[in-house]
Parts: sequence; C-alpha cells; structure tokens
Amino acid sequence: MTPLVALDGIRVQFPAGRRTLTAVQDVSLHVNPGETLALVGESGSGKSTIGNVIAGLQRPTTGAIRLRGQLLEKATTRSARRDIQIIFQDPFGALDPRMPVSAIIAEPLRIQRLGTSAERAARTADLADQVGLPRDALNRYPHEFSGGQRQRIAIARALAPQPALIVADEPLSALDVSIQSQILNLLGALQQAHGLAYLFISHDLAVVNHLADRVAVLYLGRLVEVAPRAELFASPSHPYTTALLESMPRIGHRHRRAVAIHGEMPSPLDPPPGCVFHTRCPKAQAVCRVEPPRLDPAPGRPAQVAACHFKA
Amino acid sequence: MSRPAVKRFILARCAQASIVLLVMSFVIYSLIGLMPGDPIDLMIASNPGATPEVVAHLRAIYGLDQPILLRYAHWLAAALQGDFGFSRTHSQPVMVVLLPALLQTCKLMLSSFVLSAALAFLLGIWASLKPGGIADTIISLFAFAGISVPVFWLALMLILVVAVNWHALPASGISTVGDASLRDQVRHLILPVTTLALANTGQFTRFVRAAMIETLRMDHIRTARAKGAGERRVVLIHALRNAMIPVVTVMALSFGSLFSGALITETMFAQPGMGKMIYDAILGNDFNLALTGLLFATLVTLLSNLLADLAYSWLDPRIAL
Repeated sequence: MTPLVALDGIRVQFPAGRRTLTAVQDVSLHVNPGETLALVGESGSGKSTIGNVIAGLQRPTTGAIRLRGQLLEKATTRSARRDIQIIFQDPFGALDPRMPVSAIIAEPLRIQRLGTSAERAARTADLADQVGLPRDALNRYPHEFSGGQRQRIAIARALAPQPALIVADEPLSALDVSIQSQILNLLGALQQAHGLAYLFISHDLAVVNHLADRVAVLYLGRLVEVAPRAELFASPSHPYTTALLESMPRIGHRHRRAVAIHGEMPSPLDPPPGCVFHTRCPKAQAVCRVEPPRLDPAPGRPAQVAACHFKA
Repeated sequence: MSRPAVKRFILARCAQASIVLLVMSFVIYSLIGLMPGDPIDLMIASNPGATPEVVAHLRAIYGLDQPILLRYAHWLAAALQGDFGFSRTHSQPVMVVLLPALLQTCKLMLSSFVLSAALAFLLGIWASLKPGGIADTIISLFAFAGISVPVFWLALMLILVVAVNWHALPASGISTVGDASLRDQVRHLILPVTTLALANTGQFTRFVRAAMIETLRMDHIRTARAKGAGERRVVLIHALRNAMIPVVTVMALSFGSLFSGALITETMFAQPGMGKMIYDAILGNDFNLALTGLLFATLVTLLSNLLADLAYSWLDPRIAL
C-alpha cells in the first residue's frame, strides 16, 4: 500500500545567531490513508515543526515529502493543500478576527476555486452542521464564540476542501477538559465519516492511547521509537518511551520513580554526540556516547522500531 | 453592526460635536477677547488725530464697550442664524474671505494626504515583509528623514533646487497671472504638496510598518497560509485589514491638524490657505475671521474622528459602536 504522506530524511534547520539550530534531524515517517499517527514528545522536540513541514508551512532544509507517492515540489504544494490541512493549538489566535465564520470556513474553497459561490455557501452550512456549530454561527465573528466552538470552526475550515490528511497540532491543549473530550469525539466521528487520516501532535499520552493507531516518539528532533499503539503502550522498546509512559499519571497506581528521567532536554543548538538521549538514559553505556543508534525493529516485533543500542 | 445602531451612533456623535463646537467657540472668543489691544487700537494707530470721543464712538459702534459675555451672546445668536459677521481687515463678510481659503486648503491638504497615505501603505507594507532587510532599512531611513527634517528647510531646499536652479516648477503662488489652465494650477501645487506629504509619509509609514509586522506574526496569518492563500492574499486581505486600526487613528488625527496647521508651508509657498488666513486674522485682531476659521478647523477634526470611529467598527467587528 502506498502511504498517503511520506517524509524521507527530513531535516529542518533555523539560523540562531551565528549558529544553526537543528529542530528536526533526519526524520522519515509515513501516514497511511485513514489512520491516526500520533506524534509525541516534550516541548522543543520538533513535533510542531514536523507538522508544519507536512502542512507546507515550513520548508525542510533537506529531505523529501511525498503525497500518494508523488514528490511535493514547490510547484505542486499549492494543490496539495487540498489534501493536507492543519488545525492549530490556539483557537483564539488562529481565526482572522475580522472575518465572519462563513468566510473563514469557505476561504479554502475560494482559494482553490472549488464550486460556485452558491455551492460554497451550501457546503459551508453543511460543514457547520457536521462539526456541531449552531446554524446562526455563520454570520457571526470568531470573538463571539468560546474556545471549544472556535476549535469547531477551525475543524470545519480544515474539512472544507475534503482533505485526506489533517495535521492536528495539539488541538486540545488550549481547551477545558470537558470540552477536550467533545472535540476528541468529534475528530473520531469525522474520521469515521470521511476516512480521514490524522497526524495527531500531542504530549498527552492518555489522549494518544485513546485515538492513535500508531505512535511516533520524538526526542530532540529525532525519532526514537515508532510503533503500533498497543505494542508501544504494552512494551515500550526505547528507554525514553518507557520513561514517558512511567510519567503518565494513572488512577490506582503509585508513581514509580525507578526509571523516571532526570534533568532537562539538551539544547538543540548543541546536541550531545552519539545517542542524543545518553545524557539522561538509565541504560547508557560507553558506546552510547560515541555511536548514534539506528532506527531498527525491536527484537521479535518487526512493526516496532526504536533507535537504541540496548532496546527492550 | 446594524444599521439603526450606526444611525444612533452618528446622531449621538453629532450632538456631542455641536456641544464641543459651542464650548470651543466660547473658549476661542474669550481668548481673543483677552488678547491685549482691540481692533480700534489698530484702526487709530495710523491716525494720530483721533480724539478720545471718536475712539469711544467707534468702540460703541463695534460693541466693544459691552462686557465680553454679552458680546459673545450677540455673536452666538448671529452665528446660529448663519451670520458669522464681517472681516475687519478684508472689509468683506467672513464667509467670502474664508471659502476661497478653505478651497485652496482642501486642494493642498487632500492631495498631500492622499499622496502620503498611498506612499505610506506602499512603503510600510513593503518594509514589513522582511523586517531588518535591505528594503526595510532604506524605507525606515527615509521615514525617519521625513519625520525629522524641518518643514521650512525642506521647503527652502525644494524652492532652491527645483524652482531656482532647475526652473522646473514655480516657486510660489497658486497660478501664473493670465494662465487659467488646470495644468498651471497643478504645477503650482506640486512643491507645497510634496513638502507637506513628505513629513506625513514618514510618520504614516512607521505606523503601517509597525502594525503590519505585529499582525503578520499572528496565528491567524499562519492559518491563512495553511488554507493555501497566496502571499498577496495573506498580506492584503488577512494582515492589512487587521493592521489598519492604529493607522486609521493616526491618519484621522493628523487630517484634522492638516487643516489648521500648515502655516509654514502655506507661508513659504505663498498659498492663501486656512493656516495663513487664521494667522493673519489673529495678528490683525480680525476676531470674526479668526474665530470662524478656528471653528472650521475644530469641525474638520471632529468629523475626521467620527469617520475614524466608523472605520474602526467596520475594520474590527469586535469594536461595538
């Protein structure tokens, strides 16, 4: 099966004064049609940068992006917007304050010149229905809505051009917990109805466990583990993944401190040599300080790959 | 923003404006009354033979022997009926003197305002696209020069270089005697309009640039890019409209002051406009003319602010009237 979107050796660097900040280092990933791939990691691990690269908001320094096997060049990215849309974390800032909701939702259609204006109006009303916005919402402005409703507006806008993939960049983090579950259920229902694929960027492992098909774990801009959800949560292979899971608060479990990781993530301006995790890794040996590990299948689990010399 | 709300807002603001005008008229009237000397002093200055009886008689004719409150009441009663009195120095009704000056000022101010606003948008947006880039550095330098160069110096340099050295344009006046063509009038406007526009362009450009840089960093700009909007649409539709509020404020405020405050430019280029007229009227103790002129300037300021407020609510739906 051809993946819907595939990243191949993506590296993203930003100039930081005289030095270079490497936000994403040689990341290769794919998203299959209709699946939810969760991208997890600490702040500064490069999650959002990868999301922006896929959504076409950030040009990678090196590497290739393929959509249904076809290489996305500058000339083709414009039409690729139809297939890849993005939802952002902050629903308050993400909507143009001087556009009525109907114009916000219909704008991707206008830009792509899809349909007549009557068809676009009908589609806009239909989208508002699908995301559970009240009918009178269309003539109002973003500031008249709560955070959850604004996120619904953002979702309707992302759905408008009938994309195959929606990049959801921490779409729940700015919302109240009660609203989070509503939006989560909405995302699930829309996936069922339209066969959407999601790249779901999150640091909330409980949410990831709830909706992901596969999970990719990032550390300091590098992929450390990619695995189907069940395998990853049941038997994490990389020590970092293990530590992340241990840090998850769970009702009825005493917090075990045995493998908790200490310290801060190193600066991406000055990544450690060898395995980037060795500064905080409980399993680190001499080889880890010299030799960067490759992303290989875990022993006996071909679908689960991890970048560790001593993977479980 | 509903239609009845707009109507109510405009009516309320007009009521406010008339109160402001009333208060201003009293304040200006009192200030002119407080100035040392009166028209009679100026009239008899060239006539040493005037006896005290003649002086007292003249004062009585002009009503200057009455208390200032009573004089103001008389003036107000007449003004409310559309009679703004007689200009002493011009020996003509005030409106006959004022209207041509107002027309000249409109030509000068509107063209320089439109020119500087257009230039400011062009340069400000251009500069904001890449803050710190080459275009931004050059445009900012130009903007600072526009703000800091004194108007009289700029006017002198333009006259010296363009009019005297190059003989390209006339140095002063509004038309060549015996030439009534539009082309001639436009040629006379170019230098004063340029002088006035340059200072404003600098200021406006700074504001457009700052507002655009701030807006272009906002999240909804990223959303617009994610929708696939081209750079032109992102900048002109999503960013510019959101950046307009501070720009509109500054432009509205300076529009009002343009109408009364272009004295230096009008003097340097011998343009018979409002600034020069008010200045001469005050010096000549021609209080009817000075008063009406200043009230007109107040009215223009009030109107431009009203327009700015209406523009706010059109630009930003979060602002209720």
